[in-house]
Amino acid sequence: MNDVTSQITGFLSAALRRRVEPDDDYFAQGFADSLFALELVTFVESRFALTVEVEDLDLDSFRTANRITEFVRRKTGAPESGEAHAEGS
Amino acid sequence: MPRVPESGSDATTTDVPPGEPVESGDLSRVAADLAADAHVRASRWDQDGGLPDSVRKEVAASGLLAADLPERYGGAGLHPLALGEITARIGGECSALRGLLTVQGMVAAALLRWGTEAQRADWLPRLAGGELTAGFAATEQGAGSALGSVETRIEASGRSGHRELVVSGHKRWVTFGAVADVFLVLGKYEGRPAAVLVDAERAGVRREPVNGQLGMRGARIAHLSFDGVRVPRRQLVAPPGLGLSHVVGTALDHGRFTVAWGCVGMAEACVEDAATHAAVRRQGDIPLGDHQLVRSLLARAAVDAAGARELARRAAQARAAGPGHGVSETLMAKYAAAAAAAAGSRDAVQVLGSAGCAPDSRAARHFRDAKVMEIIEGAQEVSELHIAERLLRRFGDAARGTDRHVRPRLPGESP
Repeated sequence: MNDVTSQITGFLSAALRRRVEPDDDYFAQGFADSLFALELVTFVESRFALTVEVEDLDLDSFRTANRITEFVRRKTGAPESGEAHAEGS
Repeated sequence: MPRVPESGSDATTTDVPPGEPVESGDLSRVAADLAADAHVRASRWDQDGGLPDSVRKEVAASGLLAADLPERYGGAGLHPLALGEITARIGGECSALRGLLTVQGMVAAALLRWGTEAQRADWLPRLAGGELTAGFAATEQGAGSALGSVETRIEASGRSGHRELVVSGHKRWVTFGAVADVFLVLGKYEGRPAAVLVDAERAGVRREPVNGQLGMRGARIAHLSFDGVRVPRRQLVAPPGLGLSHVVGTALDHGRFTVAWGCVGMAEACVEDAATHAAVRRQGDIPLGDHQLVRSLLARAAVDAAGARELARRAAQARAAGPGHGVSETLMAKYAAAAAAAAGSRDAVQVLGSAGCAPDSRAARHFRDAKVMEIIEGAQEVSELHIAERLLRRFGDAARGTDRHVRPRLPGESP
């Protein structure tokens, strides 16, 4: 597991009080309480020094730790080639 | 009646100490003037149908509403601590007026965080400038603490090429719902929670003012019906699915913050009224304040109020880190401050005796309003669940030693 993903699963496991694997869909599993979604956004913003805009928000980008990793790479990677950058890192 | 000073006494109000943000000077003066006015008139607003439109418009024009918005959106960029102090000052005199600040702040915070740039540019300056009064329409007959159960429907309109939405449902207990210009409405879009702005003037919006409820009688509360109300699709806030967890969640978090500070003001006002009465009132030859039992009530109320203020300050400092920060601290502050206001107002009425039961008694009004504060923006029991949940995370995780190598500090969690 890469470092970004492991930081995210670490947060998720602590926040949801159960082991969360990189592909677990924790929202669908129903473990999140009503403050969790905001805490998750704040964690991602603070930890990876980025801003989550409403345009970034679709349910899918935050559905699993691996999806969040992709999102983080897109936001922090080279502006023109986010995907390629993600592949290479 | 007890003698009540024109403004808060030194014992119960705290000036912003040196080193704290002071850019709020002008607005603090505006708030102080408003509080002085409310001190004289709040009882009448409470008894005679609510905060007059003229006062609401005056407040709106003063720049106090949504004053924590950034300057580029017409706000004053107020630091959370300055916003808190202003809210406490007003809340100490009139919860209905404080409710106006709270609701406008909630809707503005939700739009600032989750509105598109076009939505922010369109709505925020009008909220900050007071051109629009906002309402927050989430609660339904069958959905209070469990807002995921709302039944209001937000549907794409087939006849306008899906550029319009149709909103249908019934909302209850909307603060300033009788007069608001725009509502942030929580509903379901294809079964998923969604939030949409609905202008009050659109066809199919019906308001039913509520009177005679326990508290917040001055807050122009109304039940609302949306009967196939058509709004442009661009008034949807955030994609469907995120209306509750993100949009309403952000609004409620902001609401808890200003409710917390409002309750700090209420608790301090009650200490002031009770202590003033106990100091000057004699029964037989004995000053009321010479009775140990009365002193006990005063002491406990004062400690509760001071504790609530410190928790509210802690929340303000955590929130200064930016949007999304301080959620846990805010929840704890709201819980403590609502309890302090509820207990403090109950004891103040007790110490004041018949004067505390009079129609124009500030303590009596706070007593009724504080009970409402223990219910809105998360009932006390729901707050306890969340507070305990975060404890279990912290200590359970540490005890199990799971993920310790990457263990993050949760947002708002103390080091």
